[in-house]
Amino acid sequence: MDNDRIDQIIDKHQGEASSLIQVLLEIQSENRWLPKETLERVSEKLQVPLTRIQHIATFYKAFSLVPKGRHGIHICMGTACHVRGAQRVLDTAQDLTGIKPGETDLDLKFSLETVNCLGCCALGPVMEIDGKIHGKISPAETADALKKYE
Amino acid sequence: MSKILLKIDGKDVEASEGMTILEAAQNVGIVIPTLCHHDKLEPYGACRFCTVEVESGGWTKLAASCLYPVEKNLVVRTRSEKVDRVRKMILQLLLSHAPDARELQDFAKEYGADKDRFEKEASFCIHCGLCVRYCAEVKKKDAVGFINRGAKREISFTPEMIEYCWNCKECFSLCPTEALQAAYGLTAALVSSSPSCERKSEE
Ligand code: SF4
Ligand code: FES
Repeated sequence: MDNDRIDQIIDKHQGEASSLIQVLLEIQSENRWLPKETLERVSEKLQVPLTRIQHIATFYKAFSLVPKGRHGIHICMGTACHVRGAQRVLDTAQDLTGIKPGETDLDLKFSLETVNCLGCCALGPVMEIDGKIHGKISPAETADALKKYE
Repeated sequence: MSKILLKIDGKDVEASEGMTILEAAQNVGIVIPTLCHHDKLEPYGACRFCTVEVESGGWTKLAASCLYPVEKNLVVRTRSEKVDRVRKMILQLLLSHAPDARELQDFAKEYGADKDRFEKEASFCIHCGLCVRYCAEVKKKDAVGFINRGAKREISFTPEMIEYCWNCKECFSLCPTEALQAAYGLTAALVSSSPSCERKSEE
């Protein structure tokens, strides 16, 4: 992400230090992660010390300080999904992507994450990819769904 | 500024508005033990070791004296069975993280805290925030900060600032444990062994 774009986002928030989290969220959603140079730029423009930005960026799970894949997979491991076979869905996803929860593949295609509840237990087991819910999914369907992503 | 009268350990104490119970007590020579308090820093309320019993309007409650503002007719007890129990528990919890901290050990003797009460989870830092706040508020350098949260929360030095820290080290004596020096040593070692930084210093 170039400095012009960062500055644009910051200007949108009138360069207010109190908008720090909003600024970070926008950069995160556009860039999928927060590189150090970007945080340095934000620190300079908003006059917020880098250590404080780091504190916030490591506090919220919405932020990532390492590159994330183009597609985010979230597999629910909550109780309802668990008893309906979430582990097998997760195993399939791990086999297919070659990564474990919390990891991103080398091609930056997928990032895999487990969550504790997606809030739709009746649909379990649930896998969410880029915000799209795949409910009552079988391991075979998991594989089919993942193959559709580039 | 208007005067406020309150009672601390049976003694009539005069304080001015905006003062904390801790400050009012210190003014008249009553000692309340603290771990995260520092005269030069804003009150933080991290350790709760300064807990006292406060009676106002017929109610008794426990309060962190380093944060609690004085009120008219407050009755404060800085030592009581309840207070001691709280402090003992805090010590036992902190000692499971920093079993070798001298300051904690001394207090442990006084409050009868058992350092083996909880399973050791030696993370050393007790999150008093003295180092982080001192660097931010007094030195205005923000060279050391907190990262992560909850059980994984820890302090971290900024590699780019490590030379500045080498010359300052004013926070070292504030740390009740050895966590700060260890974190500094780790960052300094990483900086000196990292090729990109070496190149810079050669230039
Ligand atoms: S490193 Fe020491 S001074 Fe800093 S927060 Fe931890 S215990 Fe407190
Ligand atoms: S000294 Fe009051 S909470 Fe730490």
